[in-house]
Amino acid sequence: MHELSIALAILDAASEEAARLDGARVLAIHLRFGPLSGVVEEALRSAFELAREGTPFGETSLVFEAVPLVAFCPSCDAERPVASIRHLRCAECGGPASHVVRGRELEVVALEVEP
Amino acid sequence: MTTPPRLVQVRHRVLKQNDLVARGLRSRFREAGVYVVSLVSGPGSGKTAFLERVLTTLRVRDGLRVAALVGDLATDNDARRLARSRAPVRQITTGTVCHLDAAMVSAALDGWRLEELDYLFIENVGNLVCPSTFDLGEDLRLVLFSVTEGEDKPLKYPTIFHTADEAIITKTDLAPAVEFDAEAAHRGVESVRPGMAIFEVSAKTGEGLDRWLDALSARRSGALG
Ligand SMILES: [Zn+2]
Repeated sequence: MHELSIALAILDAASEEAARLDGARVLAIHLRFGPLSGVVEEALRSAFELAREGTPFGETSLVFEAVPLVAFCPSCDAERPVASIRHLRCAECGGPASHVVRGRELEVVALEVEP
Repeated sequence: MTTPPRLVQVRHRVLKQNDLVARGLRSRFREAGVYVVSLVSGPGSGKTAFLERVLTTLRVRDGLRVAALVGDLATDNDARRLARSRAPVRQITTGTVCHLDAAMVSAALDGWRLEELDYLFIENVGNLVCPSTFDLGEDLRLVLFSVTEGEDKPLKYPTIFHTADEAIITKTDLAPAVEFDAEAAHRGVESVRPGMAIFEVSAKTGEGLDRWLDALSARRSGALG
């Protein structure tokens, strides 16, 4: 259940950021995550519901923003989207990609707070 | 009329805390001159047998100073087994947590003189999903799967293959018995992670081990200069 560890870390991140906003009440946490973050959306959603209980985030929701997978293609000499995490091949030319450029993200990117 | 909520942009990596501890470990390892290898696999991959053979060979044949940390859910079977190699072995009991994190590694190293080691191995909890997210400060991460688990492991667990540096196919002595399709396994790894190094090893017969140990030694020299 690494989703529970991640849910707790999300709450820690939100507390830290909310403290900078003079403890504003947080209505929603926006999470940006890539296909290689190791996070399964459904599993994290339920873990988050467990983790928020009894914290100041009891009513806070979690909003997922998926990031696409982008890798470097040596034959195109450019960053390209790839077919899937199972087929790390350039969506343009079909050649093998050398390394992932985007898609590992796991970040809190915004807080919706009471006005 | 109600005012809509205010959207405040922030940028906060969720695993910032783990990454900070991992970075601290990495510089500690570098300063001590110890090369750190972590192992991830599903249960039943033969990871412990592989590591026992590696520890023994490096210690006895090559005269190197080796040690291991073993992550385990509750029992200490793996640690006891590894202790047969006569290398210092310490267990990290994770309880219900299905992965190691950098803080657990850091705590387990308490009192160890890292500068007296050439290699430190960290055996993660047997799980192909959860460990992928956590950096442990290691130099090299191995993902292992056995011929008895089937050729489709890479396609079933692509994320762990993306966070690992090398793939090791274990229990190759059993390959004929289970009609293991090595080509399909290689194709799977290549599909998920083009160019990833793949090694085939039998911990039982020792076949393939030297090729991997040579590569390991080259990696270590490259990292430590
Ligand atoms: Zn291309």
